[in-house]
Amino acid sequence: MGSPVPGAEGTPVSPASSTSPGLRPPTKRSTELFMLAFSAVLVTLALILVEANQEKELSLRIVWYGLAYLALLSITHLAVRAWAPYADPVMLPCVALLNGLGLVVIHRIDLAMEGVVMPDGSVWSPAAPKQVLWTAIALVLFIVALKVLSDHRTLARYGYTSGLLGLVALMLPGVLPSFIAPPINGAKIWLNFGAFSIQPGEFAKILLMVFFAAFLVSKRDLFTTAGRRVLGLDLPRARDLGPLIAAWAVGVSIMVLQRDLGSSLLFFGIVLVLLYVATERAAWVVLGVGMFCAGAVVAWRLFGHVQIRVQNWLDPFADPDDAGYQILQSLFGLGTGGLFGAGLGSGRPDEIPEANTDFITAVIGEELGFVGLAAVLLIYAVFALRGLRNALAVRDTFGKLLGGGLAFALCFQVFIVVGGVTKLIPMTGITAPFLSYGGSSLLANYILVALLLRISDAARAPKSAPKPRPQQPAIADQFTVMVERPK
Amino acid sequence: MNKPLRRIGIAMMAMILLLMGNATYVQVIKADDYRKNPHNSRVLLDTYSRERGSIIASDGSPLAGVQATDDRLKFLRTYANGPVYAPVTGYFSLLYGATGIERAEDDLLNGSDDRLITQRVSDLITGRDPKGGSVQVTIDPRVQQAAFNALSERGLTGSVVAIRPSTGEILAMASTPSFDPNQLASHDTDVQQETWAALNNDDGQPALNRSVAQIYPPGSTFKLVVAAAALEEGANKETQVDGRPVITLPGTQTTLPNFNDSNCGDGQKATLQEALAKSCNTAFAVLADQLGPDKLRAKAAQFGIGQEDLTIPLPVEPSTLGPMADRPSVYQSGIGQRDVRVTPLANAVMAATIANGGTRMQPHLVQKVLAPDLQVIDETDPEEVEEAMSPEQARMLREMMVASEGNTAGGGKLSGVTIASKTGTAEHGEDVGSTKPHAWYVAFAPAEKPEIAVAVIVENGGDVGQAATGGRVAAPIGRAVIGAALGGR
Repeated sequence: MGSPVPGAEGTPVSPASSTSPGLRPPTKRSTELFMLAFSAVLVTLALILVEANQEKELSLRIVWYGLAYLALLSITHLAVRAWAPYADPVMLPCVALLNGLGLVVIHRIDLAMEGVVMPDGSVWSPAAPKQVLWTAIALVLFIVALKVLSDHRTLARYGYTSGLLGLVALMLPGVLPSFIAPPINGAKIWLNFGAFSIQPGEFAKILLMVFFAAFLVSKRDLFTTAGRRVLGLDLPRARDLGPLIAAWAVGVSIMVLQRDLGSSLLFFGIVLVLLYVATERAAWVVLGVGMFCAGAVVAWRLFGHVQIRVQNWLDPFADPDDAGYQILQSLFGLGTGGLFGAGLGSGRPDEIPEANTDFITAVIGEELGFVGLAAVLLIYAVFALRGLRNALAVRDTFGKLLGGGLAFALCFQVFIVVGGVTKLIPMTGITAPFLSYGGSSLLANYILVALLLRISDAARAPKSAPKPRPQQPAIADQFTVMVERPK
Repeated sequence: MNKPLRRIGIAMMAMILLLMGNATYVQVIKADDYRKNPHNSRVLLDTYSRERGSIIASDGSPLAGVQATDDRLKFLRTYANGPVYAPVTGYFSLLYGATGIERAEDDLLNGSDDRLITQRVSDLITGRDPKGGSVQVTIDPRVQQAAFNALSERGLTGSVVAIRPSTGEILAMASTPSFDPNQLASHDTDVQQETWAALNNDDGQPALNRSVAQIYPPGSTFKLVVAAAALEEGANKETQVDGRPVITLPGTQTTLPNFNDSNCGDGQKATLQEALAKSCNTAFAVLADQLGPDKLRAKAAQFGIGQEDLTIPLPVEPSTLGPMADRPSVYQSGIGQRDVRVTPLANAVMAATIANGGTRMQPHLVQKVLAPDLQVIDETDPEEVEEAMSPEQARMLREMMVASEGNTAGGGKLSGVTIASKTGTAEHGEDVGSTKPHAWYVAFAPAEKPEIAVAVIVENGGDVGQAATGGRVAAPIGRAVIGAALGGR
């Protein structure tokens, strides 16, 4: 990150400079702009590779696309510069790179699927233009969120409201009739508005996290003090824990009933981590993992679709042409790509069903190889760990809890989807943040970025303008007062 | 709160590391398994998108080639005169894999063969699209066409294999009923599936390459092997053999008659030549018993019967003499019945070996292997396998076969050409008396200086049913094929 600058990462900031109003720590906004431009260049190069390998005519058009992307990023950058000047400079470029790569890969899949007739009889409609539109909307939403939410602690006041909103949003597709909430691939989690559809669950996750963070922060002390000790675990009183457990249980059950296994696993994990961080009691993790195992066994017993997922995970070759087809195609793609990949635009993403959503990382692994997939994972890791670092640095407990939770949520989501695609864990159907095609996921994730940047801004900004102290000369400069010697 | 947060950070790093470790497992360690898995169509699609090499006949005429298309498979495999050459070329199908030369020489045709390595490197440097190499087969289109026509014009089920005795080159390999491999190479998977279903539901088994994949009782054509074994033991054309019209198998009530219960010689004794010319069953059954199963098996092996792993390069079903566990079975084996089973190719090799003065040549179908620029990169040299009989014994057997041809009925006799032959009428099935026999004809010509050896089988009596004999049904086909081969001189 260049030569050490006073106040840069890792360099101890001298107390004098942090308190002195004349010497503010650097905002690092220019670093961010430089890295954003670098992201845009990488994305443009990726697009050129795709077009070249697909034997399309290379024209200046691609450069214009690249410049347009850079322009969008620059506007976002200006908003950050204006409203969150101390925000973390690395996170937005990470997101820009992932989002841009996602757009290129979605476009690449469009090229492969051009003219293909889908099972329902319709011809494949290009997804990339829609995703570009969603990206623009998401960036606008990001800017608005950054502007409106000038202090993340404001959110703590709306804890119960967001909890309620979250649960309603989660429930909505389940209770609404099928013409507005059609079940797709067995999961009833979409709301259809003609031209576009949204997945309220994506937003519900963030709303519920706000609720849990606010709730846990307000009850934190009660949790650790009032209550009984059972089997070596300090159990809080039922009335303290009740709302939390209720929301958790309701959330997870709704997702399970909607057959959204990935989201329920993600949500379960997030709440567990929030609870652990808030109480600092590892026993919660043990208890939660135990509950998860029990729940998993029950779900496996009860639901056929869970059994199929597990079966496909254990032995995809048992039914290679039907149930195991998707995961096998993913593995074949990854294996054929090998270490360095087939080359962007030279793989066969059209072999993998749902290539541009849940399985987009398989396409990246096929075309960019293990090297490309590892790079994507590292970008996610950098993003999430920067988020976590800012949570550590921020001073208020709500910010710590929310920031840590959001960072973990993103990382865990990546683990669930990439783990599923590479057969580390059973495939549960969830999007890859920023990469996958899908408006709701993109919008929600940009809100997540806005929150994390807001928290990082609070963490890195100098303490709000210190109250002007009465000007006092140094002791040495003080007048010596002769005190009358006591007699 | 910072302590648990740090621990969460460690957990997050662990998750990313786990994902990378697993990706390493999938993309590096298991990569080759996944790449080569038969359910993985990626490699096949890549194969299709490369221009596959041609299969061409010995005279240079194309048998299989490609036609550029604008769908995602880029090239359509086409077969000129598909049904005629289907047993040679096989098919190349997206859904059902490949057979024949398409399968046996796949590495070369798709361009991945190591012999093409210099070509591939130069393609890489010059930026040309990589292409597969071509295979020139030994098939002579005139002979192949004559064989196919002779079988199919009369709607027969059977096979013809013709070999050049001096080299082992396979000049013709026909099998009927046949099929059109173009249908299976279609890029329309529906067409492929329909064709596949139709082929599999057809009782005539059109996709079966009878020449190398089907074994039949050789009937009287096997008497050549018995005669060769007798010659090796010091017999000659004039050696006296059993001439009785009917004998009883030792230790049983089962009788073994000559054709139409006729006498051989004077009804007690006959010469070996007469016994072969008249195809006396009793003579050869007794002769087989006198020789014993070991000598029979050894002589048959010298003719290639019993070889397990023959590839030409198409895999050839092994021919066999069966267990020959007791004397009656040896009697019956001596006339090519019981458990003796041979492929038409094996019978053609036997005739070719006699024609070649007793030296068996390795039968082969690939003459040359050509780079995409048609430069010859490999050529098959004729290979002597072993001396099955001495030239003198071969000469005697040939003379006996010429006499046999003189005794053989059936049409299509050629003027000006001396043919040496042996017919066979092989009974099969449970109820031996009433099934329609397989008609055999093995021959070579010209007898003095053989240029072609041929084996013909027509299944189940052909178009005359139970009245079929090798001479009546199979011989005219063999003569037509010989005529086509020699007619070009």
